[in-house]
Amino acid sequence: MEYSNLRRQAAYMKKSLFDQGYLDEQFYQLEELQDDVSPNFVEEVVTLFFRDSARLISNIEQALDKCPQEFSKLNAYVHQLKGSSSSIGASRVKNECTLFRQYCDEENLEGCLKSFQKMKREHAVLRQKLESYFQLLRQVGPAEKATRPSM
Amino acid sequence: MAVATETQFHVLAVDDSLLDRMLIERLLKTSSYQVTTVDSGSKALQILGLQDDQTNSPFVSSDQHDVEVNLIITDYCMPEMTGYDLLKKIKESSSLKDIPVVIMSSENVPSRINRCLEEGAEEFFLKPVQLSDMNRLKPHILKGKYKEQHQQQVLQDDSITSSNKNSNKRKAMDDEISPEMTRPRLTSSLTVL
Repeated sequence: MEYSNLRRQAAYMKKSLFDQGYLDEQFYQLEELQDDVSPNFVEEVVTLFFRDSARLISNIEQALDKCPQEFSKLNAYVHQLKGSSSSIGASRVKNECTLFRQYCDEENLEGCLKSFQKMKREHAVLRQKLESYFQLLRQVGPAEKATRPSM
Repeated sequence: MAVATETQFHVLAVDDSLLDRMLIERLLKTSSYQVTTVDSGSKALQILGLQDDQTNSPFVSSDQHDVEVNLIITDYCMPEMTGYDLLKKIKESSSLKDIPVVIMSSENVPSRINRCLEEGAEEFFLKPVQLSDMNRLKPHILKGKYKEQHQQQVLQDDSITSSNKNSNKRKAMDDEISPEMTRPRLTSSLTVL
């Protein structure tokens, strides 16, 4: 009883993440790659993403602080961040990266700063939500094959 | 020297992003490929038996390679050596030029794509690469194997008899090679030095 309740909760959580645009189709791709051989693949990839992205965000922060006019440097960092967000389906973070890059191209520092704040927020929210999601999944038990949310 | 279709093909994946390496490795393994991942073009060249400064190695048959690679899939945007640079080096190498190369990029830049295709890349995948993209690799691998065998055949026999043997091999390969894989290649094995 408890088990199916948790399952339902997890499915609902995942559905919300998609409905609210935090995650996109690519996340399903990750789930498709999870199997008996790699039973924790999704969580491993997501963990890696947050480790990577935290470092990049920190780099961007420093760059904005110390050498804000070096737009190509900022662009390079955001390019990487955009790439990895895209790879895990972190849709909102990815979109914010696109905006940030536009501001870089325009050499619009104020735009960059605003966009960066938004990016950090999206990143933090996603992290929190995914952490809760994986915590719940762990309670549910061994990962099952991906299913499209059907509620 | 027929191609055994049960053989696991070996793909060399090149990407400076650890996350993307993890992804491509899983994608390839799930699709039953043997995978080696490296984080740079220069490491890729090392694995392929070609040092960075050696663009024209004396011809060696694939038997003499330490590792047989059936396809190279590489990211475009990498520091130091881009995927395009790597592609060029591979195509300039007499021992490696017949290994099919696929380029991946997160950016859809037509001029970039065309440049790579003109340089000899088989295909261009837009990132994030998906499982369905893996289905597009086999025809290129088989074409590469066919070329490799053809090449060896020509060297072993004296040219005249080779054309007959080729038509037999082609028959076996026809089922696997998809029809659109007939982009004219300027190099022919007869020009290999």
